[in-house]
Amino acid sequence: MIPTPPMIDVQELSVSFGNGASARQVVKNVSFSVAKGETLGIVGESGCGKSTVLRSLAGLDRHWNGRINLAGTDVDKVRTRDQMLLTQMVFQDPYGSLHPRHRISRVLTEPIRAMGLGKGWDKVDAALQQVGLPVSFADRFPHQLSGGQRQRVAIARALMLQPQIILLDEPTSALDVSVQAEVLNLLADLKDERQLTYVLVSHDLGVIAHMCDRVLVMKGGVFVDALSREDLYEGRTHNDYSRMLFEASAL
Amino acid sequence: MSAPHVSSTVAVRPRSAILSGLALVWEKLSHEPVGLIGFVFLGLLILVAALAPAIAPFDPAAQNLQAAFLPPSWAHLAGTDEFGRDILSRLIYGARITISTILSVTLIVGPIGLIIGVVSGFVGGRTDAILMRFTDIVLSFPSLILALAFAAALGAGLGTAIVAISLTSWPAIARLARAEALIVRNTDYVAAARLYGASPLRLLFLYIAPMCIPSVVVRLTLNMAGIILTAASLGFLGLGAQPPAPEWGAMISSGRKFMLDHWWVAVMPGIAILLTSLAFNLVGDTLRDLLDPRHARA
Repeated sequence: MIPTPPMIDVQELSVSFGNGASARQVVKNVSFSVAKGETLGIVGESGCGKSTVLRSLAGLDRHWNGRINLAGTDVDKVRTRDQMLLTQMVFQDPYGSLHPRHRISRVLTEPIRAMGLGKGWDKVDAALQQVGLPVSFADRFPHQLSGGQRQRVAIARALMLQPQIILLDEPTSALDVSVQAEVLNLLADLKDERQLTYVLVSHDLGVIAHMCDRVLVMKGGVFVDALSREDLYEGRTHNDYSRMLFEASAL
Repeated sequence: MSAPHVSSTVAVRPRSAILSGLALVWEKLSHEPVGLIGFVFLGLLILVAALAPAIAPFDPAAQNLQAAFLPPSWAHLAGTDEFGRDILSRLIYGARITISTILSVTLIVGPIGLIIGVVSGFVGGRTDAILMRFTDIVLSFPSLILALAFAAALGAGLGTAIVAISLTSWPAIARLARAEALIVRNTDYVAAARLYGASPLRLLFLYIAPMCIPSVVVRLTLNMAGIILTAASLGFLGLGAQPPAPEWGAMISSGRKFMLDHWWVAVMPGIAILLTSLAFNLVGDTLRDLLDPRHARA
């Protein structure tokens, strides 16, 4: 489809927690790849391992085995500085993903400072504007913002280091339906603007259908179905489980 | 948004942040009349301690045996003791000893407890186990007994008392800070910080420690009442400040002998200790209401 090498290439990724007899394999030998500029959705019920896949991609979970290749380089469990610059993540809960005692300006400059790229104050205004927030928000604390506004700040923060891959862990499930649409549209606009590659994890098929070029259905730690955008619109499924999932959500 | 405008807001930002923070605290404090009394009392106490030479009507160490055991009167508001020293002047100078003891202990205990607790909670694993077992060992020492041992080894004195109290009061702070750090290290904002490559030290001091400080401050303030009592107990036992230093506990101890005939010699310093530790308790409770959202009042 696209001749360039995939942005994300995962081969035989498995993740297990615990050791010995109590070990539990949460993700079982999954392989997938995502092209540059593509949005891949992963759906499944709670506990199927979809968030674990995402956290392994991000480098937050270090219990994985297999091969993860990002932008042409194999990454290890401990990321180098350049590899960290490749991926950022937006979390599910906008109330928990911003430090409660950091002002918004501080939240947004922290990635730049932590990377040792200077102070970053001059980038705050542009960062707020690009996610549709007024510049005056820079002096506020997170508790002075609504959930949708916080999620916009979290998205702005994820973009501060200009990553090529954004990992979205149910970015709208904690928001009102009206705000959900705003945030999803913002994400779609930013993606077109910056040629971003998204991996979106959700259990909301409406969100997935709106955002994704391709969807993987996950169950019990393995992918049971892969659906294209056309499949989604026409309601085609290739597996009993994914049919059940789609019928249950009855779009 | 022109560039000069941006830089000017940046220059102003830190000061306005502190000012708005203080204004917020004041606004909340005005809803807590009892706590306000505590704050005012402590403010006065610090003022009295700082201005002791100017305020005290007599020299706290000047003896006048002809004026011994005078009851409270307009000349000697709190009476005189067995050497004819003015008790009010001694209490005023004693405030200096009390305040400096509290400050020294707090300045030693706060940072030590916070750092040990936060490191233990954040790093986890073996480091956590070692630090916490060490904390448990220290936690099991009774502070008075340890102070007795110290006094025996190093000689009685205020410094010994401060060291002994500090050694036994940091574990509670460390435990508290660890509990907070355990919660904070698993939050999404720490995960996000890991993703943009924040170093462990950065995480520890800019992300985790600030979240632990409010509860540590509250605990330290509540501890201060206990510190006053322990210091007074040590003074009473003769292991704290030595005569003629006007330490409140030591004053009670010497007044005890004359308690039946001349009650004010023991009661006046007793009132000072009571009011001061009460004030610290009130302030601690109020700080908890102000700083710790989990204890917020409706």
